[in-house]
Amino acid sequence: MSFLEYAPAPESRAILNLRDAYGLFIDGEFVDGTGESFATISPADETHIATISSASEADVDRAVAAARRAYDKTWSKMSGRDRGKYLFRIARLVQERARELAVAESLDNGKPIKESRDVDVPLVAAWFFYYAGWADKLDYAGLGADPRALGVAGQVIPWNFPLLMLAWKIAPALAAGNTVVIKPAETTPLSALVFAEILQQADLPPGVVNIVTGAGATGAALVAHPDVDKVAFTGSTGVGRAIAKETAGSGKKLTLELGGKAANIVFDDAPIDQAIEGIVNGIFFNQGHVCCAGSRLLVQENVHDEVIARLKDRLSTLRLGDPLDKNTDIGAINSREQLDRIRALSKIGEEEGAERWTADCVIPENGFWFAPTIFTNVQASHRIAREEIFGPVLSVLTFRTPAEAIAKANNTPYGLSAGIWTDKGSRILAVADRLRAGVIWANTFNRFDPSSPFGGYKESGYGREGGRHGLAAYLAPGSSAPRSRQTALTAGATASASARATRSAKKPALSKKEAKR
Amino acid sequence: MSRTALQTLPERAVELLGGEPDDTTLRRYLHGLAGVDAVGLEQRAAGLGTRSIKTTSKAWALDKIIELIDLTTLEGADTPGKVRSLVAKALNPDAADPTCPRVAAVCVYGDMVPHAVAALGAAHGDPDDGLVSVAAVATAFPSGRASLEIKLADTADAVADGADEIDMVIDRGAFLAGRYGLVFDQIARVKQACRRADGSYASLKVILETGELTTYDNIKRASWLSILAGGDFIKTSTGKVQPAATLPTTLLMLEVVRDWHRATGEKIGVKPAGGIRTSKDAIKYLVTVAETVGEEWLQPHLFRYGASSLLNDVLLQRQKLRTGAYSGADYVTID
Repeated sequence: MSFLEYAPAPESRAILNLRDAYGLFIDGEFVDGTGESFATISPADETHIATISSASEADVDRAVAAARRAYDKTWSKMSGRDRGKYLFRIARLVQERARELAVAESLDNGKPIKESRDVDVPLVAAWFFYYAGWADKLDYAGLGADPRALGVAGQVIPWNFPLLMLAWKIAPALAAGNTVVIKPAETTPLSALVFAEILQQADLPPGVVNIVTGAGATGAALVAHPDVDKVAFTGSTGVGRAIAKETAGSGKKLTLELGGKAANIVFDDAPIDQAIEGIVNGIFFNQGHVCCAGSRLLVQENVHDEVIARLKDRLSTLRLGDPLDKNTDIGAINSREQLDRIRALSKIGEEEGAERWTADCVIPENGFWFAPTIFTNVQASHRIAREEIFGPVLSVLTFRTPAEAIAKANNTPYGLSAGIWTDKGSRILAVADRLRAGVIWANTFNRFDPSSPFGGYKESGYGREGGRHGLAAYLAPGSSAPRSRQTALTAGATASASARATRSAKKPALSKKEAKR
Repeated sequence: MSRTALQTLPERAVELLGGEPDDTTLRRYLHGLAGVDAVGLEQRAAGLGTRSIKTTSKAWALDKIIELIDLTTLEGADTPGKVRSLVAKALNPDAADPTCPRVAAVCVYGDMVPHAVAALGAAHGDPDDGLVSVAAVATAFPSGRASLEIKLADTADAVADGADEIDMVIDRGAFLAGRYGLVFDQIARVKQACRRADGSYASLKVILETGELTTYDNIKRASWLSILAGGDFIKTSTGKVQPAATLPTTLLMLEVVRDWHRATGEKIGVKPAGGIRTSKDAIKYLVTVAETVGEEWLQPHLFRYGASSLLNDVLLQRQKLRTGAYSGADYVTID
């Protein structure tokens, strides 16, 4: 027998206690949505997992109203220290139910259990712990004394890291004193709904976090809702652009975390074996469904052949298959739609003349799968060098000098992340200084920490998540009233009503809906 | 067993190095190797350590681990009786299960070689044939602080007494002082001392004592140096210095062996030694070998564990797989 055909080591699904159908989580309760409900499936075998409610415009309205009530009556009046207690409690519950959350995530998303278990869920807990600590220290967030919360945050998150993106959004929002209406992606609502149970377990006051499931229309209704003070979105640049237009002039504060086409730059003096690992981790982590993925490998021409040969050898050892098997390295593509896009762009890559190499692995019959693929001989003008593929597809380009590497790395409409591989410390600093990307990794890739701000340049969005900077997205300086902290505390309801009035006056298109209420 | 005819060794080294193996040439070559990023290396090793080896794979792995063990006793208090006991265990690891495979070799001090050979009797031979080899530590083990003449005599004695494998130590002091030529020369000379009367060679394992070289860059360079000079195996440690074998260190040495194979087509063995005490740890090494150089390396001529207490833990795990229940320390023998 071949030892490398490791016997199956599946993580048990028995720990999951799923319901057949999930409602919306509004005001601390699961309630039925009035939209047409939909099914969430496992992308690994296309089996049905659960029926999910879809939030109509009216449901979104209900959720925002609940968030507003919770903000006015409870959350904005609570001391930072008490808010922190809730966040610490949530963090601990995430740790307690870590295995359950990991299984739910891998089942619904298709990512390997080793990633959901070792990366996603531990980071979720870390994010809540980190921001729990900030809740009573907002005076030191860099916005002066007594910064104030914004109010109700409407948050729309993607399907690639469903629970982690939820944590990135909810933890700083709550720490800063906002209440939340969040919409998970329609293909991956499951972990958010398990998380809703954790919120109940944590006894979080009703309405502080509301979870509305649904498709694009639900997200659009949330973003457009006049009583939302802050919009946070992570997803595609196209949708981000639409949201920016929608919210322009509304007075809503906006942060966008969008696409990327990150350059992973390998110099000829790189620690070669670790660089190969970094390239693999950069683009094949989470099937390449990572906005900061190192999808453009810029390799110094004099080591190109060696790097590619080693990379192919390494990719041949990756294990593609059942996401719940503990030895799986590459899981399923999240949806048929995404699979089609990856296939289409890969085909374009071939047509444009790039050389395709795909790891030889057995593809399961059902489900959505794409074997790790690299394109060599890619030119800067090729679409696969410019467009975000969001899949396990690496485009390899070459450069000759550091200056050329920097120029090529920056030559993209995006600017989310970049990687530098060299044994020379001074070169790391010099190159990092000239890269226009929000996150730059040196001799590593795709590492995240709650204390480190994350965000992009150019079409990769604006605003930062994580760290002290991440708080700024959910706070206004204390002196910049219309609503001072003082008023918010004593007469929050009136103040927010007047703020709403100001906004609807500015944006007449919304006044009809306002009037209806 | 020896990987190459000795005559070609210096020529090949000269060709690869582009000059005589003196300090300057070796320095240029070894310092021209790609560096090692410690964080990345350790991360990769930790990743390999998370593989989940279950059921049939685990059963195969446990037997394979036994077949790859150099069952070792290296104490000042070693006696002929202790060596006989070790040999008995090597031949019949699990007293209750005759189907249990034998270990690859027993590893003893040079003066104990005759006792080991005598105790093995007809079972002495190549592990490929189901027999058990005798490995002897030599060259003023563990410190290596002796004159070259003594190191060579130490080696020749053990070979003459019937040792099939010589575990030598490099001169770490010379290595750290940058005297790569001296280290190279000593390895090459010890290799010559491994020559038997019939012209064949005892296999040479070169112990780097990674715990004293300290940095991964050093370990990588010492690995290349040892292979260039003619070592058949590179071995992490004597077991007398902490840390002894670690998974990242072994991974790094396996990467060197893989690169050497790619460059020359030759297969060099790797032996982590010291500190591997549990089946769980040993399986991580097995995974690391298979996923770094390939399954082909999982054979006694290309991979060994230098261990003593590991064997009993593997036997307990093996019994558990067969019976479904853990037995206990009294169900394996103390030797």
